[in-house]
Amino acid sequence: MFEWNTVWHFLFADPNHLFLIAAWRTLWISVVAQLCGVILGLFLALMRMSRFSYLNGPARGYIWFFRGSPLLVQVLLLWDGLPRIINNPNFLLPDWACILVAFSLNEGAYMAEIVRAGITSVDVGQMEAAKSLGMRYALAMRRIVLPQAARVIIPPLGNEFNNMLKTTSIASVIGLLELTGTAEVYGSQNFVIFELLIVATVYYLLLTTIWGYLQSWIENRLDPNRTIKTELDQKSWAARMLGFGSPRPGGAGTLASGR
Amino acid sequence: MSVQQQANGSNREMVRAEKIVKRFGDLTVLNGVDLSVKRREVVVVIGPSGSGKTTLLRCINHLEKIDDGRIYIEGELMGYREKNGRLVEDSEANIARIRSQVGFVFQRFNLFPHMTALENVIEAPIHVLHESRAEVTGRALALLDKVGLADKANAYPHKLSGGQQQRVAIARALAMNPKIMLFDEATSALDPELVGEVLKVMKQLAEEGMTMVVVTHEMGFARDVCSHVIFMDKAVIVEEGTPEQIFEHAQNERTRNFLGMIS
Repeated sequence: MFEWNTVWHFLFADPNHLFLIAAWRTLWISVVAQLCGVILGLFLALMRMSRFSYLNGPARGYIWFFRGSPLLVQVLLLWDGLPRIINNPNFLLPDWACILVAFSLNEGAYMAEIVRAGITSVDVGQMEAAKSLGMRYALAMRRIVLPQAARVIIPPLGNEFNNMLKTTSIASVIGLLELTGTAEVYGSQNFVIFELLIVATVYYLLLTTIWGYLQSWIENRLDPNRTIKTELDQKSWAARMLGFGSPRPGGAGTLASGR
Repeated sequence: MSVQQQANGSNREMVRAEKIVKRFGDLTVLNGVDLSVKRREVVVVIGPSGSGKTTLLRCINHLEKIDDGRIYIEGELMGYREKNGRLVEDSEANIARIRSQVGFVFQRFNLFPHMTALENVIEAPIHVLHESRAEVTGRALALLDKVGLADKANAYPHKLSGGQQQRVAIARALAMNPKIMLFDEATSALDPELVGEVLKVMKQLAEEGMTMVVVTHEMGFARDVCSHVIFMDKAVIVEEGTPEQIFEHAQNERTRNFLGMIS
């Protein structure tokens, strides 16, 4: 018999807040790993795009390795394998540190490609204009290119974070009790595993839904053509669907085509 | 600057290019080009597409590396420094410093789309010259007024016409108080009816004594405004001289053919 009362109990009436605590764990692991991944990815992308092989070579190798092998394997290698690889059985990272490091390193590889795509999407004329004004590479990147790249980066970044929220379930493998781990451990002890997996699912959906709203809000904030939206809203649905008269983002591109 | 200094400086060479060679793979786009631009001089470079005129301009600002020759901006070697008799790429800081004194206006404007017209103009003075925002904003508004766009200060580039965007781009370059302005086909991407407003601004600049190198297809501008015309074809300078020499008494057949085709 599927026990709906158990689901109800752990969702709304649990005095120990078992799943609330687990959800908090899922959330902070995701946020920290994603932040580290974005920062790492930014530097990897810049390295990868460098014309110097001593910079782009290591970046390529890094991305190749972390995108080419399973995250679960990377976690296990760090958790169980590392002490043996460096032949020091006392070198044991705490579980949460293993998870954070492995997730961050892995996410960095994916973010590197996303950031690179974002930077590549910015017209080369932007960097040239910045340089012609006497800006150095780092300043031009920070002030001119990256703010424009951000608009291209944010949607896939949102996807990545959404994935990250759920991928944290891998942490349960090494005994870190986030949402999935909590459901499995308490569920199998009390023979209510499916009930608790439903509870975990509700929490996952809650987290990803909140993130979805947050993401649209961020995308909206970053869009310098926000005013265009109101104009578009006044157009017929056909004009909106087919994009008649909708200015393309980044003025320069529009002009190039009109040349 | 005193009158005395100005008199002394009037013969000063602002840009000097010696035997510039530039190749893109197997294609030689500049094959031993010399150029000399004196203070307050307006030099116009004309020639058919693919003759190398835009590349020459980009080399002056080191937006393209050169394969041979030397470029000097106000006597200073641009983009390279000498090391044991050989030229090596100069430091990024040095290149940026010289570039900050040379204004460049692009064919496609290249305004920063995430900034308003005013923000475009004040960006580099604040972050490169480290001037105070208040001071720069005053100067920027005056410049926008000068190019006839005082009322567009808070408009984003996508709200402006091509001619307006290009005038903002000129104001943006001028905000750095450059010693030289380089114009790379500044009106070629514009609708015909918008060309005039940009040329007017350029003409005004020339009259104020700005040193300018202008790559253009606007022969009227070349005739009226410039002091020296250079005709380029197939990677070399074919002929150069005063507007009168080139437009009325061209010696070279290629020059005459080109001028015959476009007029």
